[in-house]
Formats: sequence, C-alpha cells, structure tokens
Amino acid sequence: MHPFSFLIFLVILSLVLVIASLFMGSVPLSLQTVWSSLFEASTQQSSLIITELRLPRALAAFATGALLAQAGALMQVLVRNPLADPYILGVSGGAATAVLIGMLLGFSSSIGLTGLAFIGALVAMFLVFIIAHQKGTWTPTRLLLTGVVVAAGWGAAISLILSISPANNLHGMLFWLMGDLSYSSSSAFAFSALLIGLILSLLLSSQLNVLIRGDKLASTLGINLKQLHIKIYILASLLTAAAVVQAGSIGFVGFIVPHLIRLTGITDHRFLLPAATLGGGILVLVADTAARTIIAPQQLPVGIITALIGIPLFLFLLQRDAKQ
Amino acid sequence: MSLIKCNSLSVKIAETQVCSNLDITINVGENWAILGMNGCGKTTLLHTLAGLHPVQSGSIELNKILLNNISRREIAQQLSLLLQHQEDHFPGTVLESVLIGRHPHLKSWQWESEDDQKLAQKALAQVGLSHFAQRSILTLSGGERQRVAVATLLVQQTKIRLLDEPVNHLDVHHQHEVMKLLTSNNMDIANMFVLHDVNLANRYCDHVLLVYEDGRTEHGSCVDVLNEENLSNLYQHPINEINHAGKHWFIAG
Repeated sequence: MHPFSFLIFLVILSLVLVIASLFMGSVPLSLQTVWSSLFEASTQQSSLIITELRLPRALAAFATGALLAQAGALMQVLVRNPLADPYILGVSGGAATAVLIGMLLGFSSSIGLTGLAFIGALVAMFLVFIIAHQKGTWTPTRLLLTGVVVAAGWGAAISLILSISPANNLHGMLFWLMGDLSYSSSSAFAFSALLIGLILSLLLSSQLNVLIRGDKLASTLGINLKQLHIKIYILASLLTAAAVVQAGSIGFVGFIVPHLIRLTGITDHRFLLPAATLGGGILVLVADTAARTIIAPQQLPVGIITALIGIPLFLFLLQRDAKQ
Repeated sequence: MSLIKCNSLSVKIAETQVCSNLDITINVGENWAILGMNGCGKTTLLHTLAGLHPVQSGSIELNKILLNNISRREIAQQLSLLLQHQEDHFPGTVLESVLIGRHPHLKSWQWESEDDQKLAQKALAQVGLSHFAQRSILTLSGGERQRVAVATLLVQQTKIRLLDEPVNHLDVHHQHEVMKLLTSNNMDIANMFVLHDVNLANRYCDHVLLVYEDGRTEHGSCVDVLNEENLSNLYQHPINEINHAGKHWFIAG
C-alpha cells in the first residue's frame, strides 16, 4: 500500500472508531440516540452520556495517544533507539511529578499545569541525557538503564507527594497518575498542542530521515546537529507534557505505535510521524474504550491496557535485539 | 584550481598530535592517499577537513573560503565524507539510504524528484547493487553495506570527496571496482582516500600524504614520496620495493 493511502486509511479508521466508541459502555445506546444527541440539542440523560461523557473522553483518549506516539517517534530519532518512549525514559515521570506538585500547591488551570509538566519533562530528559550521553555515543543499554533508574526516582518523588497530600485529593490524583481519562473534560488544549507539534515535526521530518543514520553522517549531509537536537528535545518534551496533563502517565504508547508503523514498511518520517500520530490516537482510544467496558460499570485506568500490550512487545524486541 | 587549501594546519586529538603546520593544496582532478599507522590520526585529519573536528591552529579553505565561514549545508553541497563505519539503527530500504545523499541539495519541504531517484538508481548500478534497491538495509553484508555508502556519497555529487577506508570489508574485485569508479572521469573532482594498502594507493592515486606517528607529515607525488625508506619509517616495519611489469610494488618484509 502506498504510504499516502495508508494515512487516509488511518484517518477514516480514526473517525469510525471515535463514532463506534460512543456506542460502547455500561449503558447501551441506539443508533438513533447517538445521532440525535450529536446533531440535535437535547438534555435527555442518554444525550448527556454522549455529549458530556463519551465523546469528550473519546477525543481526549485520541489526543493523548497521538501526543505520546509522536513524542515517542521523535525521541527514538534523538537517541537513535527504537525502544525509546516518554514513559520508559522517565520523561512522563518527570512531567507527572511536576504536575502533582502543582496540584498540591493548588494549581488547576491546564495551561499552568502544562507549563509545569513541560518543565518537568525538560528536566527529566536533560537528566537522562547528561548521565547516558558519554563520549558522544548513545549506548542503548546505558540509556535504557538510566531512563529506568531516573523513572524510579520520579516514582519515589510521586509516592512522597501522594503521602503528604490531603486524603480527599488522593483518589483523583492516583487515578490520573495511572493513566486515566475519566476526568478528562476538554481536550481542546491537547489538540492544539498536537496540531502545533505535528506541524513543527513535519517541518523537521526530512532532517529526521538523515539523523536516524547517525550524528556523523547527518553532519556530513549538512545537518546542524546541535540545533536539530535542541528542537527535537523541546518538541518531544512539550508533546509529552501535554499528554501527561491530559491523562497522567500512560506507558508504552510512544514505543508501541512507531514500531508497528515501521512494521508496515513506512520508514520515511514524512509519513511515519503523521501515521504514528494517528496510530497512537487509535491505540489509546481502543484501549480506553476497552478499559471502560471490559468490567463495566467498573472502569480501569487505560495505562493498564497499554502496559499489557507494551511490556510483552518491549521484552520481545529486547530479546530479539540481544540475539542479533 | 585549488579545492582545499590548508594553511599551517595543526590538528590534535586527545594526546595525539596528528599534524603540525601542514601546508597542502588539493587541486581538481587530483587523487590523494593518506597513509599511516593505526591511531596516527588519519580519520581525525579527514574529519577536520570536513569541519567535524576543530583545528588546533592554522586554517582550512574550501574553494578559497574559510571553512569556519561556511554553513554545514553549504559544506555538504561541496564536500562529502565516506565514514569508516556505517550505522544502522532503524529499518529502511537500500534505495532510501542512497537517496539520503541528496539531502544537502533539497529544500526542507522538497521531495526527492524523479531525477534524484534516477541518480540513486544509477549510483546503485555503479556499485553493482541495482537489484538491491528494495532490500532492507539491515540484511546486507559488510561489503554490500560499504558499497551502499559509496553510492550515497556519489549521489551527493560533490567536488571534494573524502573517503575513510573506502575499501573496508570489500573483496579484491570490489576494492578495484570501487577505486576505479571513484578515480575515473573526475576531471573536476578531487578525492582524498585514507588507505591501508600501499599498492592500491600507488595504483589509483597521484599524490600521497604520509602521517607519521610523531606528528610529522610528508607529502608530494607518489613517485617522489613512496619509497622503501619512507614507508619503512612510516609503518615501523621493513617494506621492500620490487619492480614488476614496469611498475613499483611494495611488500612488507
């Protein structure tokens, strides 16, 4: 399939899945109800379920996944390792810690929290890079190890914050942390970040195609390495921050999706980035719909579902790479 | 016409003095070989000429313009460098890998044109890998990967080509094919090869730069510089010259 047709297929699939997710949940709704609640003003309870709960949640899920997958694809180029992911490298952890501190201090605006998350993500990435980047080379194991250890550090910081938080905030904080979309009301902010991020990364995409072949080769082909590294670094942090503010830290999306897209044969970042963005949206939308229907009316945090997919895939790839 | 000019160039990496006060001019149509022992700094010297390693003192001119005053992109339009090792971290086809060589000539929003595709196909044909265009880069042998790197360098279409051990991993046949390919039809091009095979250097190059371990250098035409005494000193190993079929050959003793 031509990459362009594949992108169109993903767009159509996204739309179909967003609509399909409106039917799923603890209350079964008819086609007519869904239709009328979307296109006619109505205050019936069934309409409210659609317009106030399911649609915003579906959109939030889509935006979060899209942000994470794009951030993952960018980080993988930056560290030239297909196992990189905002969660695995502890970037989500840094952003989440910053957001929790903000919550503890009484911040509530999503712009304020995103600002904090952005700073948290930048600090987290910077820490991992400083420690893992030695003698101009990225050792994959060293990088992953550093990421994991730093992520554990963020985990400890998060536990500390939770333990000193007032009890009435605790349940919400915990669910948000585990990757939960049930508190998502508006995703306008996440979609704006997504759109800006996608435009900026598309502008970089031809340079990314060169950078994946190594720093030295990229230099000989006219890339200003320092500038490009900083751009990717800031962009990936911003995308991660927006995703974390929207839905806490959902793991492995940024690693699973670009990998699956590459399996379809798309390796050119001019296609890979938009495809990963759509694919990430689809993955989290499907995972979240599953999370709220599997044991309905009980709901699971979506992070559990993505971890169930991501961890086996990660271990499989790690083992396969070790064999080569 | 001079393509590269070094003015009392000194280069140092860690504790190794690669060269001091080197004055050298590389003109169009010339093929230079850089010879020296492992770790004497041949690669560093090549990287310095490409602007990837800072000079200790002195200056480098590219087409009469100081290297420091040229952007990476403009350097890449005039000068290409074949790296000693090829890195592959992500999957992709051989053709994609070769097309990367067009990057310095394309605007950031521009896609590779039909002509770029043809150029890449031609370069693959020149290194004997036409039938590999759609193969995954990760499935190639060391020698095949090296030839893909040469093809990438060809499509970059630069006047100056710096090649760090271009015959690495290649069998004898392909060593000569690649050297012939790079040194023929290049009236408006200058090549600089880092080589370990003195006879290959003597056969395909007209000039040679010897980089001694102590940071001394010696350069000139092959006829003047390549002899038993210089080479034995250079490699700290007895090298004998023999004459066969009207040509000079150097054999390690």
